[in-house]
Amino acid sequence: MALPAFPGFVVFAMAFGAAAAQKGLSLGQTLGLSAFVYAGASQMVGLEVWQKVWSPTTILTIMTVTAVVNARMILLGATLQPWLKHEPTARSALNLFLVTEAGWLIGTRYYNEGGRNTGMLLGCGLTLWSLWLVSTLAGYFAGALVPEPRRFGLDLVMPIFFSVMLVPLWKGARPALPWLVAGVVSLIVHAALPGYGFIIAGALAGVVAGMLIE
Amino acid sequence: MTGFAELAAGPWGSTLAIAAMAIATFLCRIAGAVVMSRVAITPRMERGLRALPGSIILATILPMTIDNGFPAIVSIAAGIVVMMFVRIELAGLAAGLGALSLIRALGF
Repeated sequence: MALPAFPGFVVFAMAFGAAAAQKGLSLGQTLGLSAFVYAGASQMVGLEVWQKVWSPTTILTIMTVTAVVNARMILLGATLQPWLKHEPTARSALNLFLVTEAGWLIGTRYYNEGGRNTGMLLGCGLTLWSLWLVSTLAGYFAGALVPEPRRFGLDLVMPIFFSVMLVPLWKGARPALPWLVAGVVSLIVHAALPGYGFIIAGALAGVVAGMLIE
Repeated sequence: MTGFAELAAGPWGSTLAIAAMAIATFLCRIAGAVVMSRVAITPRMERGLRALPGSIILATILPMTIDNGFPAIVSIAAGIVVMMFVRIELAGLAAGLGALSLIRALGF
């Protein structure tokens, strides 16, 4: 089930591993970030504010930056709640720890087609997490040998994968109207503000539009 | 606080930073589910949430696509068309990546 997400995970994690090695992080630190933070965009942004010597202020800074970049995950967790509500808390916590956009998209498709087995979500999550770690390790040692992703179109693997996953979600033009609102709002926010705010602004606009459209 | 400052400046600083990032990320991951389990879901909210997966996808890909211009638009279209007919994600992904490398190989 998780297979279509593999190319994106390998490319992104290897790029992170290589960037972390270049920045002078130890192998333990690099793998620690991939294992426990496990969120590509925030790991990359974290490297930008990484310090040789830390202070409470710099630690608070990296924590805030991480929270801002990952705030979109609040929305992913919200949509998973109806599926996870009958699960024991510890298992739900593990499932939520492993949430990524790709895994969540695959899980959402499965759920929309009637699947309710949370083991599928867990298996998918554990597979992708392991792949993320292995690819980080590979990227750390390959360093400059990591191939130029542009040549094989791998820099756009994420948007291509996302748009492919949009097809099974399509239930006609009317239910897709909020998506259009989300897209337009994200374009406006992206043009107006730097950073990743456009994802959460667009997604929230889509939810509001969905609530307003009967 | 001085105790924490000393600890942060010492060899444990990076571990603390990683822990801080991990906590922030985990809180983001569970916050949505925790809030949703505390509030009663009205039909209106359910409609809103049903629009969320597609909204997140469009909000993510549209700005990225526009930034990358013509090659991105063509390869995403190729991925979607193949997916519509075959309904296999890997096939759609392969079509999109194939189209993109072809366009780039041709020098666009």
